[in-house]
Amino acid sequence: MPRIIFVEFDGTEHPVDASNGLSLMEAARDHDVPGIEAECGGVGSCATCHVYIDQEWVAVSGAADRVERELLEMVEGRCEESRLSCQIDISHEMDGLIVRMPEAQGF
Amino acid sequence: MQFDVVIVGAGHGGAQVAVMLRTQKFEGSIAIIGEESELPYERPPLSKEYFAGEKEFERIQLRPARYWDEREVTMLLGKRVVAVDPAAHTVATDGGETIGYGKLVWATGGHPRVLPIPGGDLPGVQGVRTRADADADAMKAASETAGQIVVVGGGYIGLEAAAVLNKAGKKVVLLEAQNRVLARVAGEELSRFYEKEHRDHGVELHLGVCVDAIEGDTRVTGVRLSDGEVIPADLVIVGIGIIPAVAPLIAAGADCANGVRVDRLCKTSLPDVYAIGDCAAHVNDFAEGAEVRLESVQNANDQANVVAKGIVGDEAPYHAIPWFWSNQYDLKLQTAGLSTGHDQAVLRGDPATRSFSVVYLKAGKVIALDCVNATRDYVQGRMVVSAGLEAGPEQLADIETPLKELLSV
Ligand SMILES: Cc1cc2nc3c(=O)[nH]c(=O)nc-3n(C[C@H](O)[C@H](O)[C@H](O)COP(=O)(O)OP(=O)(O)OC[C@H]3O[C@@H](n4cnc5c(N)ncnc54)[C@H](O)[C@@H]3O)c2cc1C
Ligand code: FES
Repeated sequence: MPRIIFVEFDGTEHPVDASNGLSLMEAARDHDVPGIEAECGGVGSCATCHVYIDQEWVAVSGAADRVERELLEMVEGRCEESRLSCQIDISHEMDGLIVRMPEAQGF
Repeated sequence: MQFDVVIVGAGHGGAQVAVMLRTQKFEGSIAIIGEESELPYERPPLSKEYFAGEKEFERIQLRPARYWDEREVTMLLGKRVVAVDPAAHTVATDGGETIGYGKLVWATGGHPRVLPIPGGDLPGVQGVRTRADADADAMKAASETAGQIVVVGGGYIGLEAAAVLNKAGKKVVLLEAQNRVLARVAGEELSRFYEKEHRDHGVELHLGVCVDAIEGDTRVTGVRLSDGEVIPADLVIVGIGIIPAVAPLIAAGADCANGVRVDRLCKTSLPDVYAIGDCAAHVNDFAEGAEVRLESVQNANDQANVVAKGIVGDEAPYHAIPWFWSNQYDLKLQTAGLSTGHDQAVLRGDPATRSFSVVYLKAGKVIALDCVNATRDYVQGRMVVSAGLEAGPEQLADIETPLKELLSV
């Protein structure tokens, strides 16, 4: 089980032992990590599961596809590291991954 | 039993009221009374990933089971509220219990409309609203062995179910009473596009047909049309809308019309009784102030938030842009705003490329967009609709100009 560290905007850390195969959004939801709303349930329509993944993890987390990039274009607090956590599937290489959260979710 | 807040209906809206109350540090007691035996789960996958067998049930639960214990939300499941006594501030369940409330939140959604024709309730005739519906023996068995499945109703749920069954290799016949699919919710361009997609995938589509009876002795064998033709079927999926589940509120004297009427704070005409989600008729800012009843996750969630905040003393009227999605085949439809009442529809992009949008205008103002595989239009469309952009059809049709640029003109 990879251990993922979710970090709230105020710096509060939530280490989560996540199951392979679920998405980062699902891991956060199932462990009651605040700050991810995920209104659409992970289908890439709400952009309320926005997180930041540091560049050094991109090789593991992969890159956003076209739909995800387009959805992210308008979200609040967007930057280079922006991703939608429902679009990232957890794998064992993610042990130690740090997932930071924006100040607010949505557009 | 007595709770500070009693929520009736353990669906999207009901769950979100409890979640938001606890997020807002509400310390009073909360109970959710739900007629289904399940903890709250997402309904959209019932005609999509869950129906297709791509996601197990645990993955579509809105929260893990322990969440509700930890947050001290009492779940009273498998119980239906049958009466409300507004004077005594109590509800009564089908099991004969009386439960007192300080505030009552009615979040019951609706029950699938049943075909009002002979045979409409035969085994093998199935609505799609709950996990139990999606798991029904008829559905399971039929998805494996059925020769032919008839879907009655060309709304989103019927079309999604048809797409899933078609992908699973089933022969699907879809019947729609209107002369186009999605007639209630979208403009003609979108209807024609989806009709073509379904036909190209091999779904047999009949428009403008009237179903007279469901045939069969012990279970369904076919569907009889008004012209006498009988279409053989081993399973009939009915997606012709819902009836808001508000009978106990009507009996209690609440102001009701196409659901229960609520004000901008989601309050009903009964003291301390709120209503939200699919069952709540409300005046919507994005419907030009018309009274509407919306059936979407967005509406259930956002109204839930209005109620929870209202209960903790942070009252703010409901004002959230409507949005919706539907997945069929490899097509991702995303909609922003409400197209009902539009007087002009502008096509943006070429449907033949399977990536395009329809922009809806009313009196020159953009009121809604349906975006097919066009997420950029959808996100910018949300801004454009929120801003009440006025733009000409040529500008809107020009795919070289991003919609947001029209805002700054
Ligand atoms: C198959 C399907 C696909 C959908 N797809 C989408 C989609 O892609 N996007 C989207 O935005 N929306 C979609 N929707 C709509 C969305 O699911 C609803 O708008 C949403 O669930 C409404 O939430 P709600 O809380 O009002 O009602 P519900 O989620 O329906 O919850 C109401 C609950 O109350 C219970 N109940 C009813 N009466 C009583 C009573 N008297 N006592 C106790 N409990 C009672 C019901 O059994 C139910 O469990 C879909 C719906 C269905 C059925
Ligand atoms: S959960 Fe909606 S976009 Fe990720």
